Amino acid sequence: MLIVACVKQVPDTTQVKVDPETGTLIREGVPFIMNPYDTHALEESLRLKDKYGFRVAVISMGPPNAEVTLRKTLALGADEAILLSDRVFGGADTLATSMVLTGAIKKLAEKEELGIVMCGRQTIDGDTAQVGPGIATRLGCSQLTLVDRIEEVDIKAKTIKVRRKLEGRHEVVSAPLPAMIAVLREINSPRYPSVPMRLEAEDTSIVLWDNKVMQMDEATIGLQGSATQVRKIFSPERAKGEILGGEADKPEDSAKLLITRMIEKDLLSL
Amino acid sequence: MAKEPKKIKRPRGTARLIPGKCIACGARCQAECKFDAITMNEKGEPIIDLEKCTRCQRCIKVCPVEAIEIYYTPEEQKILDELAKQKAAKPKPEPEEEKEDPRLAKLKEYKGVWVFTEHTEGKPAEVSWELLGVGADLAKARNVELCSIVIGEKVEHLCAEAFAYGASKAYLVDDPVFHYYRTESYYRAFCYLIEKYKPEIVLIGATGLGRDLAGAIATSLQTGLTADCTGLSIDDKGFLLQTRPAFGGNIMATILTEFTRPQMSTVRPHVMPLPAKDASRKGTIIREKVPLKEEDIAAKVLEIIGDEKLDSVDVAAADIIVSGGRGMCNTENYKILQELADELGGVVACSRAAVEAGWMPLERQVGQTGKTVRPKIYFAVGISGAIQHLVGMQDSDTIIAINRDKQAPIFEVATFGIVGDLFKVIPAITNYVRERRKQKVGKAG
Repeated sequence: MLIVACVKQVPDTTQVKVDPETGTLIREGVPFIMNPYDTHALEESLRLKDKYGFRVAVISMGPPNAEVTLRKTLALGADEAILLSDRVFGGADTLATSMVLTGAIKKLAEKEELGIVMCGRQTIDGDTAQVGPGIATRLGCSQLTLVDRIEEVDIKAKTIKVRRKLEGRHEVVSAPLPAMIAVLREINSPRYPSVPMRLEAEDTSIVLWDNKVMQMDEATIGLQGSATQVRKIFSPERAKGEILGGEADKPEDSAKLLITRMIEKDLLSL
Repeated sequence: MAKEPKKIKRPRGTARLIPGKCIACGARCQAECKFDAITMNEKGEPIIDLEKCTRCQRCIKVCPVEAIEIYYTPEEQKILDELAKQKAAKPKPEPEEEKEDPRLAKLKEYKGVWVFTEHTEGKPAEVSWELLGVGADLAKARNVELCSIVIGEKVEHLCAEAFAYGASKAYLVDDPVFHYYRTESYYRAFCYLIEKYKPEIVLIGATGLGRDLAGAIATSLQTGLTADCTGLSIDDKGFLLQTRPAFGGNIMATILTEFTRPQMSTVRPHVMPLPAKDASRKGTIIREKVPLKEEDIAAKVLEIIGDEKLDSVDVAAADIIVSGGRGMCNTENYKILQELADELGGVVACSRAAVEAGWMPLERQVGQTGKTVRPKIYFAVGISGAIQHLVGMQDSDTIIAINRDKQAPIFEVATFGIVGDLFKVIPAITNYVRERRKQKVGKAG
């Protein structure tokens, strides 16, 4: 039975800075990484592989250089890595992205029975958490998001039992396979690749599926297949505040000024 | 022999990338180019092949950050100016009437603003009421009804509450199959209602449950969904303008769903203000039966485990928050923040750095990966103000930043700032508050 783990290569948004003069992004020197949430999805897939004997295929939609990230997944123990890359896939919103990913999953499922589609909760560049549910809905399979523990998989009965973390509580849910599972970061700590595995991954070729292979209707993918349009992108406006005390001032004076100002503005009543 | 004046050829110019503007949005320009003239470099920026480029300008129109332009050399610009002069001399042709896109015509039957009422077995999530506040503004701008969607078992009481917060109609689906939230039953019921009544806008809270539901609905209906909106408004053509942080909050994007309906957005709790409650307001309840039986739903909720409340403080609900970051140095030092919080009737929160260092529990974290808060007063103490933190607290009414580094970005969002040593400034504030209180008691006595 097959697990398809979905990963995305993203810019490390924690290292992106904004130029205070021009308000534009400074992307120079910002590294591309595997989306941190997806590292946990991959790890969970590999744990299920070790425990139940699943085969793990990793798919990623992105530019040709996303191959670097896919190679890492092979070094960690994935059995197969497929890059979904074509200019007609570009400019996709979450709806068009889940379309291409689902197309690839269906193609893999033609040859081997699909058990689980494993996703990270969300990506750090898009932050939508919409692609996982999109895949589940398109496949018509069970949708289990916010999973912080996989209790058990019954391969014979084709069911899965997971724990989901909701606001203020957890719930244990059972659902039939195939299932789309979106995991939280708490679920596990990802492993590190061993040196021999890393060397082996260097020599393994990454399979490329472009739209000649995928044969998707161009009206349903990429920019054309996107239901949302970005009208504009801009820097957040920030109102300048008032500095009430500097390094040279006595802390007592700064404190006094702050409290006085807050009382004046009716923010505090003392 | 008099030669006819040579016709001036209009210069084509050069399509080029304006340095520093591209944000690597995901190759929209390349996808839009019909002539295969654009390739992307390693950084995700376009390289334009001028041999293939026809100057059709489609890439320029699709670029969300205006990073591509047609450049003319000074000579070319001169010719252009000359042509413009000649054109200005001629009488202007009547402007063509703008034709409406035929795709838009069929969207007109969609009317009304819907807000999903999230609840846990009948206990409402406050974000549902917050959304009725912004929903009312949108409904007014569109001159349509504001409706609440209530799905569950024994949840009729939520309709009355929705009316008190501004809804004028509630669609109620009440059946034991909806006792627990399950994606399949809820999204199918919701899609059933949307297909029957055709709303133009659907708002859902960006909670774990809401995001789970919204993603399934939007995919099923093949419509646009924008996550975590921080601004919602209607433009002059009647479209919903959805503004949200992008790239980890470093920039803002305004997003539209032009050709499909409904236009769907999720909004995080505490991003929109809670509207005033008026229990005297009434509305109409429309009861709906959805053809769904328990046998149809494959997922089963086996067990609910209540989280043991190790930490009963809900930072998201507090009016005053005293929040500490990396500058606090250790767990012990949070005591001085607790003292100030106690004095003001507030709670202590923290930034991601403090959680990662193990000084504070995750439940207290404010920011993109923690909670979004909008208290009346937010003290940011020893917090530099990484964008991940700012997106979680920048809507607070008053922000007070205390930091040693006067360059720290937190000062850019602060209402009041004090540059200095927090270990001296915080106790000084606490002491002064105490002093003022004493004086007042003294005067009163």
